[in-house]
Amino acid sequence: MSISTKKKSAMIELTGVSKSFVLHNQGSAVIPVMAGAELRVAAGDCVALTGASGAGKSTLMRMIYGNYRANAGRIMVGGTDVAKAAPREIIALRREVLGYVSQFLRVVPRVATLEVVAEPLLALGVPEDQARARAAELLARLNIPERLWSLSPTTFSGGEQQRVNIARGFAHDYPALLLDEPTASLDPTNRAVVLGLIEAAKARGAAIIGIFHDAEARAQVCDREEDVSAFTPQAAA
Amino acid sequence: MTPLLQVKGIEKHYGARIGCADVNFDLFPGEVMGIVGESGSGKSTLLNCLAGHLTPDAGQVIFDTRAEGPVDTVTMSEPARRMLGRTDWAFVHQHARDGLRMNVSAGGNIGERLMAVGARHYGDIRARAVDWLDRVEIAENRVDDRPSAFSGGMQQRLQIARNLVTEPRLVFMDEPTGGLDVSVQARLLDLLRGLVRQMGLSALIVTHDLAVVRLLADRLMVMKDGHVVESGLTDQVLDDPQHAYTQLLVSSVLQV
Repeated sequence: MSISTKKKSAMIELTGVSKSFVLHNQGSAVIPVMAGAELRVAAGDCVALTGASGAGKSTLMRMIYGNYRANAGRIMVGGTDVAKAAPREIIALRREVLGYVSQFLRVVPRVATLEVVAEPLLALGVPEDQARARAAELLARLNIPERLWSLSPTTFSGGEQQRVNIARGFAHDYPALLLDEPTASLDPTNRAVVLGLIEAAKARGAAIIGIFHDAEARAQVCDREEDVSAFTPQAAA
Repeated sequence: MTPLLQVKGIEKHYGARIGCADVNFDLFPGEVMGIVGESGSGKSTLLNCLAGHLTPDAGQVIFDTRAEGPVDTVTMSEPARRMLGRTDWAFVHQHARDGLRMNVSAGGNIGERLMAVGARHYGDIRARAVDWLDRVEIAENRVDDRPSAFSGGMQQRLQIARNLVTEPRLVFMDEPTGGLDVSVQARLLDLLRGLVRQMGLSALIVTHDLAVVRLLADRLMVMKDGHVVESGLTDQVLDDPQHAYTQLLVSSVLQV
């Protein structure tokens, strides 16, 4: 099993990735947060990032998404080096290849939940009725009552917003997915739905990187764990 | 892919003072770029240089025209540039009254732009005006009212309808949500996002509101003292700012 995994080509591959923050307005303090990060995720595999709080799990994920800039190294996602790509290449990558379910929902106020979930599909040029049908299917599966679909999710509870965020992240079948605590603040029923979505994504060949504080969920969907503490720069360095 | 707009070495001085200098970027079809910076940073000067309202002292603004491909709009003839301004370009002013005729009906404001590109059939013009009023969420029965009878938010939506009716490819916006209260702003943002996606528009948006650019712009350019100090993917510039000034700007936003 592990041998066949190694033979599969990597969908996501990080080599020698490092990152430090320079705080210009606080005495130009330099804070190294990542050094020599290596990671390989093949299609159909799910890798959990582990490590203590502050070890850099979210930072690494944000670097793969292009949200944080890498200072060195290569971050290959489906043939694009995120560390060097121009903004419009990253925009195209995020539209077509790389999905991200963050912990927070950030939307234009007033936009209906159904539209929020359908948006990634509309951006890809999927016809409106088809995009809305897919959005409705996901919202129903995640137990968001239909009477809420026409309302903006900004007024929803934390758990409801989380599920809207997940529906949006799974609307398009991204070949690569980043999941930041997808099962946090969910009840057992919805947690099972989300784990089902993750398993289905793996089955269709998505490469997934996740942060799960929920150890049981991690054990259920992840093929292996990667401890990011190994990439934390030494304090002395 | 050919960029829709190529900006090369744009510079504008007001006497000895720098308006903006050494500005370079490409804008591709369908891209929305935000330009942020504090008052006096040169962002409006830059926008006006790009839109042909001011003549830059140096540099090129190359637009990919439908007929002749990439042409430098700084050196093109005044009539040709004015024609671009009526067809492929649109300019949304911060104050709607600067972009509207306040004594002409709402329908007339939209129709005028159509007539400027040759539309003559009254019925067609009126039908398109009504269609656009509907798209910007203004009731059809207001078509004969003057914009002076509209609220600020409605005036701004009317200005957008007037600008987009000729289906431009590039829209310049100067603080389009400035001066509007927050609920009206949100509605306008939602409208603009929808129109940009449906029409495949490219847009340059000048604003000092970082929340507006986060929601509307794919890319961001940060200006200070007439110079571009940082540019990149919008969320990357806002979440991992590299330049001292951008860090200050981002950390100065009040959290709600």
